[in-house]
Amino acid sequence: MIRETRVLSARFGKPQAWTLASYRADGGYATALALLKTRKPEELVAEVKASGLKGRGGAGFSTGTKWSFIPKGTGKPVYLCVNGDESEPGTFKDRQILELDPHQLVEGVILTCYAIGAHTAYLYLRCEFALGLRRLQGAVDEAYAAGLLGKSLGGTGFDLEVTLHPGAGAYICGEETSLLNSLEGLRPYPRNKPPFPAVEGLFGCPTIINNVETIANIPHILGRGAAWYAGLGNKEDPGVRLWCVSGHVQRRGVWEIETGFALQELIDSPEFCGGVRGGRRLKAVIPGGSSSRVLTADEVRVTTMDVPGMKRVDSSLGSAGIIVLDETADMPDVTLNLMKFYAHESCGQCTPCREGTPWVVKVLDRIVNGRGRAADMDLLLDIADNMEGRTVCALADGACWPLVSIVQKFRHEFEAKVRAAPHAAPAGVA
Amino acid sequence: MFDTETTAALERIRARYPVPKAALVPVLHVVQARLGWLPPEAREWVARFLSITPMEVHEVVTFYPMLLDRPVGRHVIHVCRTLSCDACGGRELWQHLVRRLGVTRGGTTQDGRFTLLSAECLASCGTAPAMLLDGERHENLDAAGVDKLLEAAR
Repeated sequence: MIRETRVLSARFGKPQAWTLASYRADGGYATALALLKTRKPEELVAEVKASGLKGRGGAGFSTGTKWSFIPKGTGKPVYLCVNGDESEPGTFKDRQILELDPHQLVEGVILTCYAIGAHTAYLYLRCEFALGLRRLQGAVDEAYAAGLLGKSLGGTGFDLEVTLHPGAGAYICGEETSLLNSLEGLRPYPRNKPPFPAVEGLFGCPTIINNVETIANIPHILGRGAAWYAGLGNKEDPGVRLWCVSGHVQRRGVWEIETGFALQELIDSPEFCGGVRGGRRLKAVIPGGSSSRVLTADEVRVTTMDVPGMKRVDSSLGSAGIIVLDETADMPDVTLNLMKFYAHESCGQCTPCREGTPWVVKVLDRIVNGRGRAADMDLLLDIADNMEGRTVCALADGACWPLVSIVQKFRHEFEAKVRAAPHAAPAGVA
Repeated sequence: MFDTETTAALERIRARYPVPKAALVPVLHVVQARLGWLPPEAREWVARFLSITPMEVHEVVTFYPMLLDRPVGRHVIHVCRTLSCDACGGRELWQHLVRRLGVTRGGTTQDGRFTLLSAECLASCGTAPAMLLDGERHENLDAAGVDKLLEAAR
């Protein structure tokens, strides 16, 4: 039976939950203040590693392991960058934390910086989050005024400077090395790895980049212990996540649920989505933000929302952005919409992505608009084959996974459009 | 170029970074909020303020959709066109705005009141369709809701 486990969202909806007074009344900052006095940084890293927490931004790498990559004794400053560029289509969870309970993020930043030895943190938020920026800046200002940030925060002897940094509307800046270049005031092209940011990141110094939801988990995990967190949800992929559901359901929204639940139950349950809108039939679900492989209705019926479950259907949980499409969805048109996104957001650094994403849009556009050719589906797969794995960052991969999976699983819809095409385009990609 | 209060705010931003250039995007946001867009003389001023070349400012301004290198109307609209909005009324919202304002993407109304732009996913998928009006988000919009917003924006 599917149910909510409210950890990050426990205080969502309380009046003034975003204020310091409210957060402290609920015990806020007690964990940070206690642990900074009593525990060693490496103990906190080990605790987070043992909790099994994985990054919530999309890639799903072990948070504690990432932290442990910070080299010791380089003599350089260490930086924490919080990734609040939330732009993956279908994802709207980080903004809930920023708007509704930002102090838990600030407390997470304090604990994380202490654990990794950072005295400077930059909180990178997309500038379209006007309310989130105001709420988080308010929380940071309140924390400074209360002595919870700055020199010897809370009398612990630990110094920490925190700065909010607005982005300017580019999806690519959610890619961690692009975010670093964006923060440095450069044109935000992703960097080649290695060197990894933990070794050579912001301003050439060791840097950890973590997603907003990841960091917001830290006070809870360190407060209640790794064993508690590791015991939530699926054993191989433990924890609780903020799941975003959008598209063709009766009720859309964000729910905090332990990993391992059945996707079909989330969609059908009257406590959650309440079924497909208008009693229509389910056609497809994008399970983890638009860059994950699409699932058919048959696959949805057997899918559990955890890493092993996603492996079985060859998709991924990504950023937990679930987009539900009912029988009225026109899959070639859906694909065109998504590919326009990637073409617009490609930074232009790598040729396969810069050229490939607009080519895909051109081919899809002619299929959708009655000018498709019989060879177009194979052409799309061929272009994808020349993009995936051939670029500096994963944006092109993220475009190819939905593209290829939709063309493969819903090929009949593309073929039907081509068959009905009154004016097939002449040969050539353009 | 700016009053003392704005200049002081910009200096405080610049001081938050070990190198001035890192303050570029935050500084450009403040300048754009004052001027409505980023005219060439403002970009040159920013270059001097951060001890970088005008080209370094240019290559950043031209990258980001939310930094405006052309004059815009008094109010700027960004409509989300990505899938979750598109599937839940975003397409109709866009068509309504195009009809009502009599402009296409990137256009400014003849009275200089509105510039219509599109945006990619605004993280409002659960409350689609959505748009920004002068940077503030409005969600669950229908034609009547949009009309009310437009009328309030003089």
